[in-house]
Amino acid sequence: MEIDLSQFSQVFFEESLEGLASMESELLKLEVNEPDDESINTIFRAAHSIKGGSATFGFTQVADYTHLLETLLDEIRDGRRQMTTDHQDMLLLSVDLLRNMIDALMRKVDFADPLLAQLETRFTAALAQNSSESEEEQSVTESSSGESSPQNTTWIIDFQPGIDILRCGNDPSLMFNELRLLGELEVTLVDSTLPDFSDMDPEACYLNWQLALVTDKPLEQIKEVFEWVEDECTINYHQETDAPVKEQAEEAGTPANTEASPSTEVIAKPKAVTPAKTPEGGSIRVSIEKIDLLINMVGELVITQAMLGQIGQQDTIDEESLLSMKQGLEQLASHTRDLQESVMQIRMLPISFAFNRFPRLVRDIGQQLGKQVELILKGEDTELDKTVMEKIVDPMVHLVRNSLDHGLETPEVRVSKGKPEQGSITLNAFHQGGNIIIEIIDDGAGLDTQLIHKKAIDKGLVTEDEELSEDAIHQLIFKAGFSTAEAVSDLSGRGVGMDVVRRNIHELNGTIELKSTKDKGSRFTIRLPLTLAILDGQLVRVGQHTYVVPLVSIHESLQVEEQRINRISENHELVRLREEYLPVVKVFQEFGHDADFQEIRDGLVMVVDSNNEKIGLLVDELLSQQQVVIKSLEDNYSKVPGVSGATILGDGTVALIIDISGLVTLAGIANMKEHAA
Amino acid sequence: MKKILAVDDSASMRQMVGFTLKTAGFDVTEACDGDEALKAAQGGEFDLVISDVNMPVMDGLTLIRNLRTLPAYKFTPLLMLTTESGVDKKHEGRSAGATGWIVKPFNPDQLLATVRKVLG
Repeated sequence: MEIDLSQFSQVFFEESLEGLASMESELLKLEVNEPDDESINTIFRAAHSIKGGSATFGFTQVADYTHLLETLLDEIRDGRRQMTTDHQDMLLLSVDLLRNMIDALMRKVDFADPLLAQLETRFTAALAQNSSESEEEQSVTESSSGESSPQNTTWIIDFQPGIDILRCGNDPSLMFNELRLLGELEVTLVDSTLPDFSDMDPEACYLNWQLALVTDKPLEQIKEVFEWVEDECTINYHQETDAPVKEQAEEAGTPANTEASPSTEVIAKPKAVTPAKTPEGGSIRVSIEKIDLLINMVGELVITQAMLGQIGQQDTIDEESLLSMKQGLEQLASHTRDLQESVMQIRMLPISFAFNRFPRLVRDIGQQLGKQVELILKGEDTELDKTVMEKIVDPMVHLVRNSLDHGLETPEVRVSKGKPEQGSITLNAFHQGGNIIIEIIDDGAGLDTQLIHKKAIDKGLVTEDEELSEDAIHQLIFKAGFSTAEAVSDLSGRGVGMDVVRRNIHELNGTIELKSTKDKGSRFTIRLPLTLAILDGQLVRVGQHTYVVPLVSIHESLQVEEQRINRISENHELVRLREEYLPVVKVFQEFGHDADFQEIRDGLVMVVDSNNEKIGLLVDELLSQQQVVIKSLEDNYSKVPGVSGATILGDGTVALIIDISGLVTLAGIANMKEHAA
Repeated sequence: MKKILAVDDSASMRQMVGFTLKTAGFDVTEACDGDEALKAAQGGEFDLVISDVNMPVMDGLTLIRNLRTLPAYKFTPLLMLTTESGVDKKHEGRSAGATGWIVKPFNPDQLLATVRKVLG
């Protein structure tokens, strides 16, 4: 049968990656000195499944490598080998290596990493040490080469099945059928061992047979027929002319597995011709529950549609049908909303997918820095859109590294401050309104207010005489240009500053806040929309055009009197709002069209957040607030500065979604504030 | 149509086994661990059960032991899917009541040959 095995590859990749993830988290939890049986079992099973799958689907490199892991784990599992930290390290490194191997397979590129050879050597060395098990693989060649001549031979087989042979689902008649495929068979029943009728157990097998098989096949192949039962049965083979060749139960294990070797050969040949689907775009596993809900929803929609359709067919619309039409439309609206929600649900994954990588990260970095850290994960079930998840991981990694590197103190320092030696980092996720909140909390030293202030002055980010609250000083770390080489250690820095973290979060239409208390620790709070596919927006009108401003960025909207407006230059104006001066961007000007109100005093100023600073947007009128479905301009047209996407409104017109920080850059007002004073 | 219950915790193996057997004209039910398989087996009669050995919740050997205690599965062929080439595991399987085994890796043809061997 021709079955294209590559159709199962994608599923194999996905489950292997899942297996690796659970392997990793179990390995990290593991108390090396007294490993938990269940953990070891889980780790073993993961390695075992990957090995089985990769061998079956033809990924020999993965299969060969996981075989080493499996052997080691099997010995640990059976208590034949003591687990060590070295084993733990090797296995953790293997998780990384296997991830890369699978990644290479998914991308269909060759995998070459010197680590592979290194680890293989380490495994082989570890396995060679005091292994209480001798070679597990016996040589299969108990050669019967003499008999493999293509001439017909008559084999006499005395077959005395064990009394329980039927009770394990084996049926002698099926074996005889199989023998018939090898040649000409004659079966003689030997019923001499039948007990008295009264002693007979109807489920037992008391019969023996003598078989005569004329075949050109080697003895090995004949023995294979009895492979499953040879332990329980007595089987003698002899050639009609020859002396009997004794083959008994005690000698079991000789024909260990004759199937295995040919099969690996068959499978090892890569299926070069069949171009499998590329894993591009990725896939997602969805619970049946969610799918059921969707199917229900669609069912409801169809019913509503039928109902409306019926009304549509009537020639005249009386009051009654008008009423039911209204009802139908209401239903339609509610079902559509529900349907949208359920569809969105499909993309939702628990944030544990993102959290899972942190135990490893924290362990490794903690070790490297000589710090004792406990990682606490909360709200792991909180669900979040897959695309948001992918994009939030990097900023989170950065913040956690930062907490480890700059936040947490060394054990000695902690003790001297009267704190426990072990510090803690907490990752917490929860829903609030239509947002997900992710907190990264440490109980470390907190930010050094004086140092930051001094550095900000050195960098020219603030002036010396500027009065700043402690909190305001802390916010300075988000400023572009704050992070420099000297602040960047090889760990947390990677040359990326907090301004980049903040920018990445802003690109997701999210915000980040920071609270820090000296010697108590810091808390970063990231607020993100649940999905990138829809957005809570405020519609605004500017001239003939409608724009969408992300609701999360909006502080307030106001009309500004003349005396609070400060003109700095031709195109740059500031508005005094309470104690602050805000630069104002005239939206119509930046997008180059007309507007009802071209002067700040006539129009409406919408105060919005841009990179943690407030700016004003001059618009004509506020329209409604609504959820909009985001369409990518980049995909459908091209990137437009100042615009993050587009949406289609109820009346079919297209509204652009304003990218506030992009607009600020476009307007060139980034540093206008300094001119204010 | 002969009914086969295929048990494996690995989705790709399950798919491969299921697909191969269905293509060959068998009626296949899939289960992802021994516990699920036992429930399925109690719910309907199968002509053959093919089970992986290492699985969470209930492993393959426990499944086979449990099945053999059910009157309906006293003589039913129960095959283990195993990568274990050691004699121990097979012996253990046999004493649990397994009919025989298929050694991983195997290809669809080998699987079908083995299945035909026990289903006649």
